[in-house]
Amino acid sequence: MAKLRGRGIAAINYPTGMNLGGDPSQVVIVAQPDGRLVVNVASVELGQGIKTVLAQIASEITGVPVEDIEVRFGDTESAPHDTGTFASRSTHRMGNAVIKASEEIREIVLNTAAKMLEASPNDLEIREGRVWVKGVTDKSVEVKQVISQAQFTYNTPVVGKGFYVKPKSSVDPETGASDPHSTMAHGCTVAEVEVDTETGFVTVLKVYTVYEVGKAINPQLVESQIIGGIVMGMGAALTETVYPRYPVLDFQTTSFRDYVLPTAGDIPEIVAKIVESPTPTGPFGAKGVGEMVVNSIAPAIVNAVYDAIGVQITDLPITPEKVLKALKKSGR
Amino acid sequence: MMIRFYLDGQLVEVDVKPTDTLLKVLVDKLGLTSVHYGCGEGSCGACMVLVDDKLRYSCLTFAASVNDKKVTTVAGLLSDHELSPLQKKFVENNAAQCGYCTPGMVLVAKALLDKNPSPSDEEIFDALAGNLCRCTGYVPIVKAVKSAARR
Ligand code: FES
Ligand code: FES
Repeated sequence: MAKLRGRGIAAINYPTGMNLGGDPSQVVIVAQPDGRLVVNVASVELGQGIKTVLAQIASEITGVPVEDIEVRFGDTESAPHDTGTFASRSTHRMGNAVIKASEEIREIVLNTAAKMLEASPNDLEIREGRVWVKGVTDKSVEVKQVISQAQFTYNTPVVGKGFYVKPKSSVDPETGASDPHSTMAHGCTVAEVEVDTETGFVTVLKVYTVYEVGKAINPQLVESQIIGGIVMGMGAALTETVYPRYPVLDFQTTSFRDYVLPTAGDIPEIVAKIVESPTPTGPFGAKGVGEMVVNSIAPAIVNAVYDAIGVQITDLPITPEKVLKALKKSGR
Repeated sequence: MMIRFYLDGQLVEVDVKPTDTLLKVLVDKLGLTSVHYGCGEGSCGACMVLVDDKLRYSCLTFAASVNDKKVTTVAGLLSDHELSPLQKKFVENNAAQCGYCTPGMVLVAKALLDKNPSPSDEEIFDALAGNLCRCTGYVPIVKAVKSAARR
C-alpha cells in the first residue's frame, strides 16, 4: 500500500456562442436627465459579472464613468430581444451590441459638445469623462453634462441602439463543413494528484491552468471564473454523482450529503494564468470564458491518476471504489 | 404563538407556529433577502445566522427557540449603511459571484475571527467546511478571510 503521485495534462478548444438560426443580441441605452446611462439588456447577471463587463464597455466608448452606468436586466417586458445567457456568449454577443449602441451615444455626445464648445465634432476627443478640443488644454466639458444638455438645451433624445448577430451557417452537403461559432477560446490544465492505494482516495495537490480568452475585459472576473470552474470540474471528476442510486428512485440522491461537492478544505493550490490573443469578432477582442473552464480539469485529473497508478479510469467521478477495483483488475 | 427577539439590533414581534423554523420566519414572515434556503437540512450553510453570537443553521432552528434572544444576519454587520471591514475584504477579493452562499460565508468568517483573530489555514478550512459554494471555488473566500485576519 502506498501513496502514489501522478501528473496529467489536458487541453481544450471551446467555441463562443452557437448556431441556431442566428444568435442575436439587442441593446438599448437610454440616458438619464443627469447624464447617467441605463443599458437595457436581456442577458442575465448570475454572478459571472456581465453587468460589470457591459458597463466597462459602455464607459470605454461613451466616456461616461463606469459608476454612472447602470446595466438593467431580467425584465422581459422592457428588455430588448436576446437569445439568452448560455453558450459562453454574453460578453461576446452583448458586448458587441453594447459597442454599437454606445457608438450612437458617442456620436450624440460629440455633436452636442461641438455646439457647446463651438468646435467641429472632428476636432473633439473624449478622455477621463470629458470632451476636449484636441490640442487645447483649457477647453473641455464633462460628458455627463453634455448628455444632460443634449436633452434640455438641444432637444436631442439620447438613445443608443445596438444589435449583433452571428448569422446562421448551414452545413455544406458535400463536405459537411460549416461555420457554427464566432471564435474559439483555448485552455490547458495540468493536475498533480496523490492516490492512496489502500483507500482508493484521490487528492488533488496542485493545478496549473491557463486559458486564452481573447481579451480579459475584467481580469479579476476572468480569474474568478477560472478558479470557480476548476473547482466545479474537480467535483465532477472526483465526487459528484447521482449514481449508484439513480435510476432506482427509492434511494434517490436528495441532499448534499449524497451529492458531494468540494468544500474549502479540498481545494488544491491553483495557479491560474490568462493569455490574450484578441479575436477580430469580439468586443475589444474578447472571447467566451464561461463554460470551458469547467471542462479541462477532469481529463487532466484522469490522466494524472493514470500516471500515478497505471490505470485509466474512463467514467466519472473517480470514486475510491473505482480506483480500488481498477487496481485489483490490473494486479497492482 | 407570539415571540419577540432582537433582529440585527431591532426588537421584532412575530406570530409563529411551534413547528416554524427560524429560516421560514425570517424569509417568509419578516421578508429578509439575505438569509437563503439551500437545502433545509443543515448541509449547505446558506441559511446561517448568529443566535446570541453563536452560529446556527436557521433551517434547523425552531423560531420559538430564539424568543428573547439576539439574531444577527449579515445585514446586521453593517454600521451606518457601511460594510464592515470583513465584508469589504469579501468585495475586494471578489469572494462572491452569485452571492447565494455569501451571507453564510461572511457570518462563519465573523464567528471564527471573533473567537480566533489570527487563524491558521487549517482553522479557516475547518470553519468553512459546512458551507457550500458552487461559483467561486472557495479560493477568494479563503483569501478574504485571511486578509481580514490579524497577522
Ligand atoms: S438551508 Fe440551512 S444548511 Fe442549507
Ligand atoms: S458565490 Fe455562488 S454559491 Fe458562492
